[in-house]
Amino acid sequence: MALIEARNLVKSYAQAGAAMRALDDVSLDVNPGELMLLVGPSGSGKTTLLSIVGCILRPTSGSLRVLGDEVTRLRERDLPAIRRERIGFVFQAFNLFPTLTALQNVALALDLKGISGSAARDRAALLLDQVGLGAKRESYPADLSGGQKQRVAIARALAGDPPVILADEPTAALDSQSGRAVMNLLQQLAHERNRAIAIVTHDNRMLGYADRTVHMEDGRIISDERSQLPEGAVA
Amino acid sequence: MTLRISPLAWRNLVHDKVRLLVTVTGVVFAVVLIVVELGLFLGFTTTTSGLIDRSGADLWITGARVPYIEMGVPYSERKLATVLATPGVAHATKTIVRFAQWQRHDGRQESVMVIGFDPNQSLGGPWNVVAGRVADLKLADNVIVDELYKDKLGVAHLDETFEIRGHRARVAGFTSGIRSFTTSPYVFTSFKSAQDFATIAEDQTVFILVKAAPRQDVEQLRSRLLARVKDVDVLTTAEFSSKTRFYWMFTTGAGVAVLLAAVLGLVVGVVVVAQTIYATTMDHLAEYGTLKAMGATNGYLYRVIIQQAVISAIVGYSLAMIVSTFVVRGSAKGGAAILLPLPMAIGMLGLTIVMCTGAALVSINKVTRLDPATVFKG
Repeated sequence: MALIEARNLVKSYAQAGAAMRALDDVSLDVNPGELMLLVGPSGSGKTTLLSIVGCILRPTSGSLRVLGDEVTRLRERDLPAIRRERIGFVFQAFNLFPTLTALQNVALALDLKGISGSAARDRAALLLDQVGLGAKRESYPADLSGGQKQRVAIARALAGDPPVILADEPTAALDSQSGRAVMNLLQQLAHERNRAIAIVTHDNRMLGYADRTVHMEDGRIISDERSQLPEGAVA
Repeated sequence: MTLRISPLAWRNLVHDKVRLLVTVTGVVFAVVLIVVELGLFLGFTTTTSGLIDRSGADLWITGARVPYIEMGVPYSERKLATVLATPGVAHATKTIVRFAQWQRHDGRQESVMVIGFDPNQSLGGPWNVVAGRVADLKLADNVIVDELYKDKLGVAHLDETFEIRGHRARVAGFTSGIRSFTTSPYVFTSFKSAQDFATIAEDQTVFILVKAAPRQDVEQLRSRLLARVKDVDVLTTAEFSSKTRFYWMFTTGAGVAVLLAAVLGLVVGVVVVAQTIYATTMDHLAEYGTLKAMGATNGYLYRVIIQQAVISAIVGYSLAMIVSTFVVRGSAKGGAAILLPLPMAIGMLGLTIVMCTGAALVSINKVTRLDPATVFKG
């Protein structure tokens, strides 16, 4: 079963008195164990689609199911819980909290779920170990390299153990070596831990990591290509 | 909402130490200003009615329509006999409160407030006597003044002799901390000497102080006295105290000015704290956007901001209380008392927290309107 099922999504904005369609009748499934890339030129609607799928932005029309639940009819105040419990986010600029250590950054995501104290610290330390940053848990973001920051951000995204991870240009601010390390980590999460991972990227070097590549242009999906299906994954 | 301090609230606050210093300084400034003004107001009100409150009497019999203690008008002292004959009166005594002129050795005249009472009774006399004895006032011409006014009255030591309206006045004792709200210091003396000092006729008194018998209902006694003693007002000590306080604090405008200054302190505090908390929030706006995207509720973000405000309030309040204690102690030797009783200190903590959380509302409004989609806009 797809963890995310988007059907006929439309997102319109009023621009200079005219309606502009950022998304135009987009349907898409995001499956567990699959690393999906959303690619396309600037303004093609990739980030709008990611924002809607992440329950951050509401579509003008269409249907969106997250883990089987229709979310477009939910009230605004109910959406944070969906994001908190079901989706992890990784951002282009890392969006770490500069006043908190790596450990505290990860623990903060648990704090949002009401998990605090030693339980949060232990879980955060485990996640930092898993992304290879166990030795940097007391470092502040300013003292970490770009690749390390992004790995902390990935650990933070995993803190609530969400089945879906959405990433916006996660390698854009990284050198190629760090970019590869981050993509390896995300691929590992998809294939070994059965996460559904959707990544918006402009970086063609990352195409090799994709199980599936969705091309967008002018708010529409123009192609949806699958690489070989990973072993054990459900399409 | 839990009471647990969010690590983000604490770290964001202490991360920029200069801004924290500005915030805390703003809180300290506002709290000290409010404490000083409210303390002055409290000091003034306590001072204006100090003679009444410390008189030990249950009832004050004044001339008709006397608005406050300094404006007492003389009436026949024969009414005392009627008062003493009234059932329910334990004892009663004549008292004079009247302005007079004190002549210093250098010839300068100072206005004083002569308090004449019966040294054989416990009503209406001085308190906090630190030199001499109240009983010394049984001797004619003896007076007790407060240490605070030694310089003003030109008194260097006990047994010095001065003149009040041409009558000899010998300093037989000192009190400590008995302030007068007006510029005229209190001069305690016997009723008889006060008649001379204040030019009150021998058969006149200005007040009669009444102590009710044990278990006597004071209101009933008042009604009884009003029925028997003509052309006077009979006021409970609390009523006369309140009347006097109200006159000095509000009719003269002195109290209003002080209260306005206290309100000004509150406004300054709110503005300073609001500005700094708002600036801190704006600095971390992107982080709040990230938190929203990660699923933080508005309530969670309010908690972070309010906790920052409350931490600022508690730190600022603590420092302000240290400063205020020095100010209050310093005022003890000055002409105007600044009081800081425990209930007021506790109340100030509440007011400081309300002030700081109120100041955080602007920031809360900003965060409420924050669109989490900003996280994907670079």
